[in-house]
Amino acid sequence: MNSPVAPAVEARGLVRVFGDNRAVDGVDLDIERGEIYGFLGPNGAGKSTTVRMLTTLLNPTAGTARVAGHDINSDTEGVRLRIGVALQEAALDPKQTGREILDMQGRLYGLDKARRNERITDLERLVDIGDALDQMVSTYSGGMKRRLDLAAALVHKPEILFLDEPTTGLDPVSRASVWAEVRKLNEEMGVTIFLTTQYLEEADALAHRVGIIAKGRIVADGTPAALKRSIGSDVVIVRVAEGHGARAGDTLRAVAGLDHIDVKGDQVIVGVTNGGAALSPVAVALSGAGIKVIELTLRTPTLDDVFLEMTGNRMEEGAGS
Amino acid sequence: MSTQQPLLARRAGFARDLSSIALRALRLTRRDAEAVIPGLVVPLFFLMINIGSLQSFVEGNLPAGFDFKAFQLPVSIIFAVTGISRAGSLVIDVQDGYLDRLLLTPVSRSTLLLGLMMADLAVIALMCVPVVILGAVLGVWFETGVLGMLVFLAIGISWGLAFTGFPYAIALKTGNPIAVNNAFLLFFPFAFLTTAYVPQEQMTGWLATMADWNPVTYLLAGMRALLMTGWDGAAILQAFLASAVMAAISFTLAFTALRGRVRHK
Repeated sequence: MNSPVAPAVEARGLVRVFGDNRAVDGVDLDIERGEIYGFLGPNGAGKSTTVRMLTTLLNPTAGTARVAGHDINSDTEGVRLRIGVALQEAALDPKQTGREILDMQGRLYGLDKARRNERITDLERLVDIGDALDQMVSTYSGGMKRRLDLAAALVHKPEILFLDEPTTGLDPVSRASVWAEVRKLNEEMGVTIFLTTQYLEEADALAHRVGIIAKGRIVADGTPAALKRSIGSDVVIVRVAEGHGARAGDTLRAVAGLDHIDVKGDQVIVGVTNGGAALSPVAVALSGAGIKVIELTLRTPTLDDVFLEMTGNRMEEGAGS
Repeated sequence: MSTQQPLLARRAGFARDLSSIALRALRLTRRDAEAVIPGLVVPLFFLMINIGSLQSFVEGNLPAGFDFKAFQLPVSIIFAVTGISRAGSLVIDVQDGYLDRLLLTPVSRSTLLLGLMMADLAVIALMCVPVVILGAVLGVWFETGVLGMLVFLAIGISWGLAFTGFPYAIALKTGNPIAVNNAFLLFFPFAFLTTAYVPQEQMTGWLATMADWNPVTYLLAGMRALLMTGWDGAAILQAFLASAVMAAISFTLAFTALRGRVRHK
């Protein structure tokens, strides 16, 4: 009998502590089947630790989570049978060929010889690895290793695919290739994808929904468009003379019609509904306060602006925090 | 409402997991032949050197008819089989993340070690053969015949297998290749604080006491009985018992380390 489909991921209050460090500090997640969920954050934000808990590689210190309807603590096998995982570093054995690695994966997931061969042929096409499948992994380029790692994660046709920073360290061509594969898996095969990334454009381009994590906590969650809308339709960036950032921020807070104001050094980021109409009042207010404007830029918001709004840091600056 | 598709993946089962891990380990052993060959040369070298340098001296100080070549053959077997393991490659799996890739599958966790040990068993058995052949070339044959030779090999193999737990425990506990390489230091007290060069009754002082406590002493006694005197049930039993005690200690350490690593504290 068919059973109703459980959500892809449900997590409540996930915590992971390493010594004095709360790497993950109360993460809640609700991811539906068929979604591409982008988990965005700088290095050290807690992305990989969250993935390792959800994929049963790491026990949570506190909290609960169900993946494909199976508890990550009490039903690890139920989870493992339903997920595929490509970790941050391609987890491959350099002294085996690509085919041997895929065959080994198939064996460990209980696939018979015929089914393994069938899957390897399918995956050879999907990840476009060509003749290299019979060569030692030690001869592969970084991009080829990533693609083989992805293929290894897909041998058993998982319902949910976890990709931990799948394009970190890849050249633009390999990155575009991975993006295309991710879209194909989701659109053509209906695979739910949980994708961690530190690249804003990656989350923006691929994810149906984005969770932004900083210092172990989710600080924002929603579609990329909604998140960007939350800080205004447009962003005005004002660079003022050195040492005048704080005063410029105070000055602009008194101007009507400006939605969000964040000060970062000598830069003031202003979220507004109508950027064109806001430029003049901003310039006039600053001039009136005797603050020299070095640069005034108008653009649409990015996820980095959302990150700044939520954490007070740019993504790059949050790295390692 | 949408419904779940039937799963393609399932548990492969213990035997299938074991064979998968062991076959991979054997395949990699074949590709790492350069790492295995020196382990074969060393015991043959020591057998020749020890006989060449000590035979006259030892036989001259013992009752007539003492065969030093037969006395040395079990020592070479111990040299050949002690410390053989895939622990170095296990550390690389830990470092490369391949162990994580295996842990993400429903593989039976114990097979991750047992499979490697099965491959070790095959390598250990293979390492014994040239030593026995060289012994035969030197004129050493078994008082107990072919069956005795098989029991002799079984004792050597049981010891080699029993010892594998130590390097695996170090590999899994530390994930450090240098620590694993240094595991060979464990070999020295076992191989030398024993009756490697003179019979137990000729030993005195602290070395005699150490030899009494060293399981290798009992292994050598059992193996030498098969070669030099005939079927000695008590000596053979003690030899297997020595391996069993060593296996109990080293496997406990290894599987505890495995549990620690897969439980992910």
